[in-house]
Amino acid sequence: MKQKELITVALVGNPNCGKSTLFNALTGLNQKTGNFPGVTVEKRVGKVRIVNHQLKNKQTFNFIDLPGTYSLFPKSLDELETLKVLTESNNVDYPDIVIAVADATNLKRSLLLCLQVKELGLPVLLILNMFDLLERSKLNIDIEKLSEALQIPVIAMNAREKKGISLLKNELFKIESNSLKNNNYSDFLKSLNNNLTFSLENSNIESNVLQEKEMLRLYEIIDSKINVSFINGKQTEALSLSVKLDKIFIHPVWGFLVFLSILFFIFQAIFSWSERPMDFIDQLFSQFGNFINQTLPHGAFNDLVSKGVIPGLGGIMMFIPQIAILFAFIAILEDTGYMARVTYIMDRLMRGFGLNGKSIIPLISGVACAVPAIMSARTIKNQKERLITILVTPLMSCSARLPVYTLLISVAVPDQQLGPFNLKGFLLMFLYLIGFLAAIITALVLKWLIKSKEKSYFIMELPVYRKPQWGVVAYTMFDKVRVFVFDAGKVIIAISIILWLLSSYGPSDKFKEIETKYTSAEYIQKVGKSQSQINLDAAKLRNSYAGIMGRTIEPIIAPLGFDWKIGIALVTSFAAREVFVGTMATIYSAGSGVDENSVTLKESMKRDVNENTGLPLFTFASALALILFYAFAMQCMSTLAVVFRETRSWRWPIFQFFYMGALAWIAAFVAYNLFK
Amino acid sequence: MRALIDLAVNESAKILKFSDQEIALKLLELGCIPGANVLLLHKAPFGDPCAYLIDGAIITMRRFEASSVIIQSK
Repeated sequence: MKQKELITVALVGNPNCGKSTLFNALTGLNQKTGNFPGVTVEKRVGKVRIVNHQLKNKQTFNFIDLPGTYSLFPKSLDELETLKVLTESNNVDYPDIVIAVADATNLKRSLLLCLQVKELGLPVLLILNMFDLLERSKLNIDIEKLSEALQIPVIAMNAREKKGISLLKNELFKIESNSLKNNNYSDFLKSLNNNLTFSLENSNIESNVLQEKEMLRLYEIIDSKINVSFINGKQTEALSLSVKLDKIFIHPVWGFLVFLSILFFIFQAIFSWSERPMDFIDQLFSQFGNFINQTLPHGAFNDLVSKGVIPGLGGIMMFIPQIAILFAFIAILEDTGYMARVTYIMDRLMRGFGLNGKSIIPLISGVACAVPAIMSARTIKNQKERLITILVTPLMSCSARLPVYTLLISVAVPDQQLGPFNLKGFLLMFLYLIGFLAAIITALVLKWLIKSKEKSYFIMELPVYRKPQWGVVAYTMFDKVRVFVFDAGKVIIAISIILWLLSSYGPSDKFKEIETKYTSAEYIQKVGKSQSQINLDAAKLRNSYAGIMGRTIEPIIAPLGFDWKIGIALVTSFAAREVFVGTMATIYSAGSGVDENSVTLKESMKRDVNENTGLPLFTFASALALILFYAFAMQCMSTLAVVFRETRSWRWPIFQFFYMGALAWIAAFVAYNLFK
Repeated sequence: MRALIDLAVNESAKILKFSDQEIALKLLELGCIPGANVLLLHKAPFGDPCAYLIDGAIITMRRFEASSVIIQSK
């Protein structure tokens, strides 16, 4: 290849062919994840400088991992991106070299895509990945013969073990770009897709006929020129083993039992393994906040950092252990091939609710955090099913709700047995169940409300079972945590600063009056220095703009048994649910360190009286109403932001905010009046 | 004429043709080509979807998709 500043190398291949494993092996930690311009399709690129010792040559390559596809006849938006990159010569990612990754155990099908890329006139290199699976089953492919027949370099590879990588790197230096660009073929492909303007709802019959003809023509070439029969139809050991394992994993009874036990184990692990690291992070941030509070000169900036930003940051970081553990498990299930089986056994059930078997992954992920969960709905090709999945996923009980539930349950639920269960534990389990039920029932309603002509399919390959690759698991875990910290974190920090301003400032004359009262020498002497500060904070919050907002919404929430204090908490937890606990602590003058004062916080909450009714504020009825309110209401700015990004419209986040709000209000109203 | 949906578990056949163009396109690119051998591996709970072994790959289909694939019994 001619010396060039940067050589662009695109990786194409079928889903599950090990393309991403190869990409990871080539780029390692140099990769970056982003989106293709204008669409929510993930794009992974990585620049690597490769030294060739034989040729005494160095070259920087820019590798691009294109969305997996079976052919260059796109059936979804991500497959369209692959076609665009390969056919638009002015595209920024237009490749100098294409690496076609084939599953060696499924050669015939893999060659279809490879031949199409070759037909475009792009220099192609064919990788026969998973060659180890063939060898282990005493099967073989004559590499040289295949290379001769196809007129392109062919390399046997086992990307998981990094076998064949150096051969590939050498080949990248040798490959010639002497093949002529075939504009006819790219024009043909473009015309089949309406010049790359893609519509999911209109299918053109004429274009369909042409596509079918073209595929049959290519398969004929594969059959006649290249003798693949020596490999096709023969089963590898891995496939036979998978067929055997599936007898249990997909069994109508055992299959569900296995799935439920795995789920149970995962949830158990999330709660027990994350407890210590969560406590640790919580402690770390509260100590850091105290440290800053004492180190920086007193004033507004000190308060903003030590009482606004740091606790906000801590509130986010605290959930990292749970998210990391859940997504590590999901990555293991996906990488082994088991998750595809779960979507398969769940498809019939989910379809009844307007969802898809694949919706199960976002729904399970939603138990940790809705933000990465909603992003994982991208694998659902049908737009209506994907939209419904996105709209109902936030109803799953996410980890930010847990501190709220825990506090309220401990305040208002008596310690009594309910059959074999403890009432408190039973209620917590019930809340997870009710989140799931609300999600699927809402999906059912949305199924009737949202109209779509697009057909839904479940034509999918079940990959063979493989051992998990720990590198992939670690990468997925890291990536999801990154999405959570940066996507959710940004919004939560911004909102927590605004909320801090709202709750620390109020009409100035009233504020001055409070300040003089609570900082007077006489008052300090009466209650002590630290308590006077705590009482000052509480009085300030009550009279702040947030306090005023809490009083303003009181008429709306009074029928639920809430008063203006809970109103303040509802206002402040608009950014993120877990803020509820901190707000309660401030309102009840329990000090900022909730941990050591939680007993007093619980006690003051129990003692508090509703000013409207004269009864205790937190009775079983009102606490249950509040818990249900938090279970259903959309109190998460980050989720709304991610829904906007994924649906590319404000319509859906706004709809979601109001339907969940209505659901929350009604559920709280019913619960309060039922148990009052 | 029998369709893929009529196969019993562990029964095999040969694919003849497709009666739905859109489904045909999806199946063709997955390697389900007229002439390919197909074996019904198992049915999911409630009998839908089904998983078939087609030319060395496990392919799943819903009932209505499988009913558009015309087969020739062996």
